[in-house]
Amino acid sequence: MENNSKMCGKQSLLFANPPYIIAGSSIAGKKEGEGPLGRYFDQVEEDPMFGGDTWEDAESRMMRRAADAAIEKAGLKKDDIRYMVGGDLLGQLIATSFGIMDLEIPLFGVYGACSTMGESIAIGSVLVDGGYGDKVMAITSSHFAGAEKQFRFPLAYGSQRPLATSWTVTGSGAVILDKDDNRKEELQEKEAPVCVKGVTVGRIVDYGVKDSMNMGACMAPSAYKTIAANLNDLGVKPEYYDKIITGDLGYIGKDILIDLLKQEGYDISKNYMDCGIEMFDKDTQDTHSGGSGCGCSAITLTSYVIPKLRRREWKRVLFVPTGALLSTVSFNEGNSVPGIAHGVMIEGM
Amino acid sequence: MDNNKKQVSAADVVKEQDKAKKAEKYNQYVKDKTPTHNKVLNFFNAYWVGGVICIIGQAFNNYYTSLGCNKDQASAYTALSLIFLSVLLTGLNIYPKLAKFAGAGTVVPITGFANSVAAPAVEFKKEGQVFGIGCKIFTIAGPVILYGVFSSWVLGVIYYILMKTGVI
Repeated sequence: MENNSKMCGKQSLLFANPPYIIAGSSIAGKKEGEGPLGRYFDQVEEDPMFGGDTWEDAESRMMRRAADAAIEKAGLKKDDIRYMVGGDLLGQLIATSFGIMDLEIPLFGVYGACSTMGESIAIGSVLVDGGYGDKVMAITSSHFAGAEKQFRFPLAYGSQRPLATSWTVTGSGAVILDKDDNRKEELQEKEAPVCVKGVTVGRIVDYGVKDSMNMGACMAPSAYKTIAANLNDLGVKPEYYDKIITGDLGYIGKDILIDLLKQEGYDISKNYMDCGIEMFDKDTQDTHSGGSGCGCSAITLTSYVIPKLRRREWKRVLFVPTGALLSTVSFNEGNSVPGIAHGVMIEGM
Repeated sequence: MDNNKKQVSAADVVKEQDKAKKAEKYNQYVKDKTPTHNKVLNFFNAYWVGGVICIIGQAFNNYYTSLGCNKDQASAYTALSLIFLSVLLTGLNIYPKLAKFAGAGTVVPITGFANSVAAPAVEFKKEGQVFGIGCKIFTIAGPVILYGVFSSWVLGVIYYILMKTGVI
């Protein structure tokens, strides 16, 4: 009875009624706005505090804006959203809790470090496909200053960042998943409807890297496992996708990932892209290994990847946000930094 | 750099089944892949910027001596002046830029210590006077203070014993 099952291979699933991504929003900070993707973002905020008092407040406000923008772009009201699935990096999901509280939409709070957008879309899609929700929002955010404060040093502390470090993206992205794309008919000529075909849920992978300043190396093995699992589960080659897009591996993680996947017989070097590498110009923006953070993959997806699919420049992508499961506590206690990556198959119709 | 260990390839990492050995191999593989700052350039910048900070300190010292301070007083005022400058530059967000350029050249002098106290104070002010500034001001400098005081106590004890036994 393989036909009725939505399970596919070892850890993937293919939706019977693939949910449509009817809208996506991207809110970015100033530095991101000055980067190569700057012109694609819905809003670029010059004020790093987003009109708030603290970094946590700033990120909360940013996330609220992303939620509002997505709802508005979808032509909906907040009451139309059945559930939200979202998370961020701060403490116990500070930005999510305080940012979207006033929306009064039932929430699944999730933590997947920087892979949160993948996890949120995966869970949201399962809800929609299963008929448990008609319109579900997946949302996440990250803020450079808040992340530095929590995971590294106070901003005014003078230190040299190693070349392997990445730069946490100040940004928040949201997508709205719907069981149907009501604009399908009128837009079919101009824009392709975009849907979530399937998901490969990632495993926690730990290759024993203890260097929290080299997140790309911490996360690359998890991306490798998830991508390999997706290709194996579906029985396809990397060329099946127009792009395989990781979240924030950066330059070092990219090399490692391509190298590791070659060992499995998969060559993704031709159709590979990393949101962290796309986000900043490393020569002029001093971001070392690239962008990182939940917001990095989220706003690249909503501002750049989905529009490419809508314009039919790409047909099918594997979106693989990558997360480093780092906590300052576990790190100080001598643990390594495991990684997790979730693969989301997104297609233009 | 580390020529004792041979180069590890991705194939070695993937093939290795033992978890501990895999971690070891992967770490070595990552090390080979990861670029590092130019050490010579770093040393050079640290040397001359650190030197300039010391020259500024000496200038303060000479000035206070010229005002009639004795050696101890002049040293204390010099330290105070450097700390003031460092905290001011931290508040103006100039010190981190200087540190990024000069590395240890700005960390080792007393100005670096002042920066490491002022920076958390600025950052955690929002969490309140007690739980913010009070608790977190020494998050970076705390270990230096604790172990600095402790090691001087240990040395003091050794000195005392040597003195009592007539070695010194």
